[in-house]
Amino acid sequence: MPLLEVTDLRTYFSTDAGVARAVDGVSLQVGAGETLGIVGESGCGKTVTALSVLRLIPSPPGEIVAGSSIRFEDEELLEIEPGRLRAIRGNEISMIFQEPMTSLNPVFTVGHQIQEVLRLHRGLSKDDARAAGVALLREVGISEPDQRFDAYPHQLSGGMLQRVMIAIALSCEPRLLIADEPTTALDVTIQAQILDLLVELQRKHGMALLFITHDLGVIAEVCDRVVVMYGGQVVEAGTTEEILTRPEHPYTQGLLASLPGIGDRDVRLNPIPGTVPSAVDWPEGCRFRDRCSFAWERCVESAPDLLPVEGGSSRSARCWLLDEDDSSGAGQRTHVTSGEPT
Amino acid sequence: MTSPADEQSTAQVNGALDAGVLLDVQDLKKYFPVHGGVLGRSVNQVRAVDSVSFWLQRGETLGLVGESGCGKSTTGRAVLRLIEPSGGRVFFDGQDLGGFDRAQFREFRRSAQIVFQDPYGSLNPRMTVGSMLAEILKVHGLGETGGHRSARVRELLDMVGLHAEHAGRYPHEFSGGQRQRIGIARALAVEPEFIVLDEPVSALDVSVQAQVINLLRDLQKELDLTYLFIAHDLAVVEYMSDRVAVMYLGKIVEMAAAQELYRNPLHPYTRALLSAAPRRNLKAGPNHQRIRLSGDVPSPIQPSSGCPFYARCPHPEKDEACRKAPPILEARAPGHLAACCKHSMAASGA
Repeated sequence: MPLLEVTDLRTYFSTDAGVARAVDGVSLQVGAGETLGIVGESGCGKTVTALSVLRLIPSPPGEIVAGSSIRFEDEELLEIEPGRLRAIRGNEISMIFQEPMTSLNPVFTVGHQIQEVLRLHRGLSKDDARAAGVALLREVGISEPDQRFDAYPHQLSGGMLQRVMIAIALSCEPRLLIADEPTTALDVTIQAQILDLLVELQRKHGMALLFITHDLGVIAEVCDRVVVMYGGQVVEAGTTEEILTRPEHPYTQGLLASLPGIGDRDVRLNPIPGTVPSAVDWPEGCRFRDRCSFAWERCVESAPDLLPVEGGSSRSARCWLLDEDDSSGAGQRTHVTSGEPT
Repeated sequence: MTSPADEQSTAQVNGALDAGVLLDVQDLKKYFPVHGGVLGRSVNQVRAVDSVSFWLQRGETLGLVGESGCGKSTTGRAVLRLIEPSGGRVFFDGQDLGGFDRAQFREFRRSAQIVFQDPYGSLNPRMTVGSMLAEILKVHGLGETGGHRSARVRELLDMVGLHAEHAGRYPHEFSGGQRQRIGIARALAVEPEFIVLDEPVSALDVSVQAQVINLLRDLQKELDLTYLFIAHDLAVVEYMSDRVAVMYLGKIVEMAAAQELYRNPLHPYTRALLSAAPRRNLKAGPNHQRIRLSGDVPSPIQPSSGCPFYARCPHPEKDEACRKAPPILEARAPGHLAACCKHSMAASGA
């Protein structure tokens, strides 16, 4: 049984322009100790998915639609009591965010903020919490943790603040850590340090990691399996190697073809045309069809399900090209071979 | 004013062709004062750009890469005189910018343009795209009548992949990628020869980023533009650039042809930077030669007297000499400059 099982999650927001279906039928599983990556561009619903798991969606305007299910171990997170939810947040599931600078309170020392978590969740005394907090700072690789404990957030660099955030997230030894673009705001040498730290801590504590990023390179570094999101839906799922070397969905193929590789100067980039449609107005049928070079009538008429991909047990893609019974698209399907990303 | 021989000294030392040099930057410095104390007096200086020299051939792209705070954006702005440099000289088309009068400066503003990272922050929210572009043309005396100008506006929008009907819209009506196209159209309006591209694709999603990169490369070919391409994404910089300069703490630590720099990095910082970049290509095999830097970039307020990279340098043979004397940026191979005393060992190490 997976540690976290999200089934048919729908998170909608009411806006002036209409109902934004930010997350629209997402299903995914994270096994104990596993790293699952969610990758996608802005507005694909990856962050809203993560926030929904912790029920951090502000309501109104947001709403997790009835019929959605988020199971963590044996519990349905969408139905539990507020008290139990508070106990799960932090103790069982923790989260770190993109901007460590804005996630910490600027008027308290970082030590105070770590202590607070330890006292609240683990019931430690003030002195014990300080000792445990210093030990945590040491564990996340902060030099001179005794002195840094009394530092204010503005006195630390972005990389160090993200380490502090990780220390706070780890303070209750969660079973699942959700990391939402934890290195996007950091420089590349600091990003490498933080990714190494996360992988190391994950192995040591055996926790599961749900890693959200727009960067396929980061996915390649840390994730076992990947879910690609587009238009509020999962469009492809598989192991990291499968997704990065044998992408099946035209969107995943397009993402990979958009990236300049080191040493490919003379190859012209092959971007995905157009832009992401708005969440209040997803196209009928396949949501990617307007930008897809393979689209035909069937993609307009009906929305594809996540279809199994041959040669992978948990591999699937939301594309009619994978539907072998379909005869109407047979002619177009020849494109697939020529459409392999370079 | 200086003699012509003097003017091209950097380029000559570096073995470039005189006639082809469009921009020659010599010893450029920009120090910002640090205010402190009750009276808010200047108590110290941040050496954001500290004796940076490089040159650009006509039609070429020089990539300027480095982490935040290394001075790459400040360099771009100081070259264009958007901020006044604290020292050094910039020659544009053989002429010293320092000696320009108002009229010459206005002419320079037409020849040299900039595209910013945040396309939204650099567009006036209350002006339609068409009127913004038309105003630029008017200010610079391009296009005699309103009719000429609106024809040119349509041409500019078409050039960057937008449509004529976009002229009547306001910046907020566009997506991030479209806004960056407008930013590029704005820069192209005055028919420049040289454009500083300051992180032009960093704020964009990958699929849109690739569209803008292709556009920039097409425009360069079509209009024979010269680019100074500032970015932190190593793969994008290599893709865009003919030559690449790596900056660290206000100094260029390595400069070479793009392929050479990525295949054969000499400076330990460049090596660390390249090995820290997440690999997107799994087919390339696992990244064995991983070099991890410890700590953060030190503050540029109190630079050490020796090598700026000393504190973080992972080189096994760094020694007292590195700490004492700053290394000089000099040729270690034809066309390949590096500022590291240990370069030869570094080449065989790691």
